[in-house]
Amino acid sequence: MVLLNFAAAILALDFYVTYILVALALFSFVAVFALFAVYAERKVSAFIQDRLGPMEVGKYGSLQTLADILKMLQKEFIVPAAADKILFAAAPVIIFLSVYMGFATLPWGPDIVPSALNIGVFYVFAIVSVESVGILMAGWGSNNKYSLLGALRSVAQVVSYEIPAGIAIISAVMISQTLDLQEIAIKQGVLSSESVKFLGFWNVKEIGGFLSWNVFQAPHLIIAYVIYFIASLAECNRAPFDIPEAESELVSGFHTEYSGMRFAFIFLGEYSMMFLTAMFGVVLFLGGWNTVLPNIGDLHLADWTTGPFWGIFWIVSKVFLIVGVQMWLRWTLPRLKVDQLMSLCWKILTPLAFFCMLISGIWQLVIM
Amino acid sequence: MILKTAISSIRTTWKGMALTIRHFFAAGKTRKSIDIRDDNYFAQDKGVVTVQYPHEKMPIPEVGRYQLDVEIDDCIVCDLCAKICPVDCIEIESIKGTGPIGQTSDGTTKRLYAAKFDIDMAKCLYCGLCTVVCPTECIIMTDQYDRTVTHISQLTYQFSDMSPQEAEVKREELAKQLAERQAAKDAALKAVNKKEE
Repeated sequence: MVLLNFAAAILALDFYVTYILVALALFSFVAVFALFAVYAERKVSAFIQDRLGPMEVGKYGSLQTLADILKMLQKEFIVPAAADKILFAAAPVIIFLSVYMGFATLPWGPDIVPSALNIGVFYVFAIVSVESVGILMAGWGSNNKYSLLGALRSVAQVVSYEIPAGIAIISAVMISQTLDLQEIAIKQGVLSSESVKFLGFWNVKEIGGFLSWNVFQAPHLIIAYVIYFIASLAECNRAPFDIPEAESELVSGFHTEYSGMRFAFIFLGEYSMMFLTAMFGVVLFLGGWNTVLPNIGDLHLADWTTGPFWGIFWIVSKVFLIVGVQMWLRWTLPRLKVDQLMSLCWKILTPLAFFCMLISGIWQLVIM
Repeated sequence: MILKTAISSIRTTWKGMALTIRHFFAAGKTRKSIDIRDDNYFAQDKGVVTVQYPHEKMPIPEVGRYQLDVEIDDCIVCDLCAKICPVDCIEIESIKGTGPIGQTSDGTTKRLYAAKFDIDMAKCLYCGLCTVVCPTECIIMTDQYDRTVTHISQLTYQFSDMSPQEAEVKREELAKQLAERQAAKDAALKAVNKKEE
C-alpha cells in the first residue's frame, strides 16, 4: 500500500521491516474491512427483509461488530473432547492465512503492490484454493458429523467451480498477455505503454477511463466476468452456494464447533475472501485501480484521477460495489443443492468459459 | 432444455434481485405504527416493519386482554376461576367468615375471606376463561402486557389483602364460632336426651 513507498524511503536500512509493515497494513485493512462488512451485511440483509438490523450499540448500531469482536476475544477456546486437537487448532489459521496471503500480489494503485510477482494470477488462484484444505481440516478435526459433511461438501464444490473460474481467468489473461497482476492493471488504462483498443478497433490509450477496461476491450469478457463472479461466490462459500455451511441442514457446517477467536478467524477469512475474490475480478476484468472517468477533449479526467491515492480509491470503491452485489445476491437467492451446483458449473459455466477462451484466442490472433 | 433452464434462471434471478433491491431502497421509510382498526392498516406495504420495542410501542386497544388483575374487594372467593383455569395457575385459599362480612360493589354479600389469591402469570395462557366465569367480574384482563422480573417467584401475583396474622385471627374466630356452635349443639342434644330419660 502507500506505506510501502513511505516505509521504503525511511526504512531502506532494513529490507524486511518494510515487508512486515506492509503485511501489518494489509492485515489491519482486512480486519477493519471484515468488521465493516459484517455490519454492512447485517444492515443489507435487514433492509432487504424490511427490518432495521442492529440499532442498539452505537449510533444506528455502528459499533455492533466492535462489541461482537470484544465478546469473541473474551471467549473460551472450547475444544470438543473427541476432536483432533492439532487439526482443530490449525484449521482457522490456515483458512485465514490462505486468504491473507492472496493479497500479496494484488495491486492497489500505480506502483502500489505488495509483491509484483510475474506469476501473480497463478499464485492468487493457487493460494486461495488452500482454503479448502483448511475447511477440510476444520471439518475433520471437529469430529462432528455436521462439520464433516460441510467440509466434504466444500471440497466437492471446489472441483465444480474452480474449472470455469480458471478458464474465465485464462480468457482474460489471453487478452492481457501477462500473468503479472500489476501489468494487467496497467494495460487497462491511460498508463499503458501499448495501444488499448475499445472493442478491438478504437484506440483509447489517450482516453482511458472505463473504455479501456478489459471487459470493454474485448466484450466477450463480460460473460467471462459473470462466470468468474458466479464461481467466486462458490469460492467464498456464500449463498446461493453456501452448501458447506447450509445453516438449515448442517447447523453451520465446518465451523459448528468453533468458538471465540478461532471462530472470529474463520469469519475474518470468509469476509477477506469476499474482498479478495472481488478485487481479483476487478483487476482482471474491470480495470483494476484505473479510473472510471475517460479523458473528454480538454477535460483530462482520466489523467487527473490517476495516481496512488486515486488508485486506492478506485479499486476500493469498485470492490465495495462488487461486495455489495455479493451481499445483495446472498439475501435474494435460495441455496442451490449440490447437484444443481454441479449441473450449473459443468453444463453451463464450463462450456461458456471454454467458449470465451476460444473467442479470446481468436480475438488475440485476428484483432489485436 | 439446458438453455431453456439457463435462460429462465437468469430471468427469475433478475426478478428476485429487482424485488430485493426495491425493498432495500424502501428501507428509508418506516411503516407507521397505526391502530389495527384503522382503514389504512393493510395499505402500508413498503418500508421497515421493525418496532424498536422498549423505545416505541405499538398502540393497543384500551380494553386489552393481557395480564390479569383482581379487584379483591369485589371477590366473593367462590373459587370458580381457579376451577375453570385450564392450567391451574390460580390458587385460592378461603376462610369462612363468622357471618356476612360485607358487600361487593354489585351488592352481592361476601361470606368468605380470601386468605390467599395467587395467580402464577408464568403459567397463565391468557385464555380469559376466569374473567368469563367470575360472577362479580372482579377478575379482569388489563392492558398491561409488559412486566419484567428478576426472579420467577415475582411472576406469582398475590392479590389477597390479608396478612398471615389477620388470616390466623379469622381462622381462630371461625374455629371459636364452630366450637361454640358445637357446644350449643351438644348442650341441646344433652337437654333432649335428659328429657327423654
